[in-house]
Amino acid sequence: MKVLVPVKRVIDYNVKVRVKADRTGVDLANVKMSMNPFDEIAVEEAVRMKEAGAADEAVAVSLGPQQSQETLRTALAMGADRAIHVVHDGELEPLAVAKMLAGVVGEEAPDLVILGKQAIDDDANQTGQMLSGLLGWSQGTFVSKVDASDGAVRVVREVDGGLETVALRMPAVLTVDLRLNEPRYASLPNIMKARKKEIARKTPADLGVDTTPRLNTLRVEEPPKRQGGLKVGSVAELVDKLHNDAGVI
Amino acid sequence: MAILVYAEHDNGELSPATLNAVTAANLMGGDADVLVAGSGCGAVAEAAARVRGVAKVLVADDPALGAQLAENVAPLIAGMASGYSHIVAAATTTGKNVMPRAAALLDIQQVSDIVEVVSPDTFVRPIYAGNAMATVQSTDAVKIVTVRTTAFEAAETEGGSATVEAAPGAADAGLSTFEGAALSGNERPELITARVVISGGRGMQSGENFAMLEEVADILGAAVGASRAAVDSGYVPNDYQVGQTGKVVAPELYIAVGISGAIQHLAGMKDSKVIACINKDEEAPIFHIADFGLVADLFQAVPELKAELRNQGVQAR
Repeated sequence: MKVLVPVKRVIDYNVKVRVKADRTGVDLANVKMSMNPFDEIAVEEAVRMKEAGAADEAVAVSLGPQQSQETLRTALAMGADRAIHVVHDGELEPLAVAKMLAGVVGEEAPDLVILGKQAIDDDANQTGQMLSGLLGWSQGTFVSKVDASDGAVRVVREVDGGLETVALRMPAVLTVDLRLNEPRYASLPNIMKARKKEIARKTPADLGVDTTPRLNTLRVEEPPKRQGGLKVGSVAELVDKLHNDAGVI
Repeated sequence: MAILVYAEHDNGELSPATLNAVTAANLMGGDADVLVAGSGCGAVAEAAARVRGVAKVLVADDPALGAQLAENVAPLIAGMASGYSHIVAAATTTGKNVMPRAAALLDIQQVSDIVEVVSPDTFVRPIYAGNAMATVQSTDAVKIVTVRTTAFEAAETEGGSATVEAAPGAADAGLSTFEGAALSGNERPELITARVVISGGRGMQSGENFAMLEEVADILGAAVGASRAAVDSGYVPNDYQVGQTGKVVAPELYIAVGISGAIQHLAGMKDSKVIACINKDEEAPIFHIADFGLVADLFQAVPELKAELRNQGVQAR
């Protein structure tokens, strides 16, 4: 079984996000970038499938600027066998990403595509579902447990009311949630080894995809600031404030 | 042109999230037609027809739609798109699962999780865990939009008199099979719609200790939530999680107990009307956004809180 793992380079989850003064977006200059945390979980799952003998190849793919290679190197250091970089500068929307991934799937013919349920930059939560729709494959979203064998995969999904179990025919697209696994840190020897692994380069044109955005971002602004920070000295004072000042209890 | 709203339900009851989606749809400027896709879902269709702001209810009643699997529902939605200016759903796990698949089938770039309708083609949505708000204009012929439920009032459940018609037929794509659900349903209010929410974090130290929060919740008529740390540690089930990737809540009162206040958690609760917190670390970021912060050991403060609420005769509203 072959697993394809799309990964996205995003602002590191610990970085304090600042909106640009001209309100055109978020300031990404000189900001630490990392692999989208949900995609790390996806890479980990693919590598574990390999280690368990359920998968024989894990291929990472990323769409983005030159620096996305660093993200792919991370995936390779975690245990992916090889990588594909679709080089693109500038914004990419989930639909265009899904179309390019569908092109890569066409060339690679994986049995499973495993990716994060959302990226922590645009918080769109669309790419996996769109890819699955374009391919006409089955989809398992927000999965916290995966059991793949014999042409089928059973997943446990985290839904608003609790958990759901769904059986999917393969090939399938899975989008992963936080509790599927805990991603490993790449060891130094594996980081060194990853430098020698292959990263193939492609362009959106190679995949025949028009990446023109469908959404115009008119402006990006700071959210309203909360005026917090008042401290109370006791539980009695807290209850008094909530009852008499705020009137919420 | 009319707007199609995808209804969320369990084949028996219409989910309140749909009511928020109907309000958002009405703000986009057209009559709302509600699609009820399910199996044996007649009662849901009747309930939807009574919702104020709904013009027509379209019912797709088919065994293949019973579990609302995206593989079966998305083609149904895509097939109904012509004739609608917008297709709208709540940004719940159901809406998030189904809508992007339908959007891809229609070659449309969805707009996710909107909090404001600026004009029929322009919407505000949070990005970067709510640390920035983007105003985006869709250029697609049909707008596909999911709606953050806490940002829109619920449409009234009575007062409408929509017609009920059959939707086009559905088919089983044969790709996936629903095998079962383990829903952690309890007697408390729903997290997303509760007037008061009390949440615990890593500081709770165990699942058993959440009983303290439940006792306070019982007095206040509150829902109980949790931070990611508490869910990851196995204290409470996943559906308790409030945050960027869990549930987004905006109650009248949010009480954070033993929660430090990572930005990912704040993203899920900072629109609450009043925020109170109890934490023994006075440097915790949660204090910066809390209206009322108490620096205290929660194992003393929470039982005290329960006693004080009882003494004051505070009751659930």
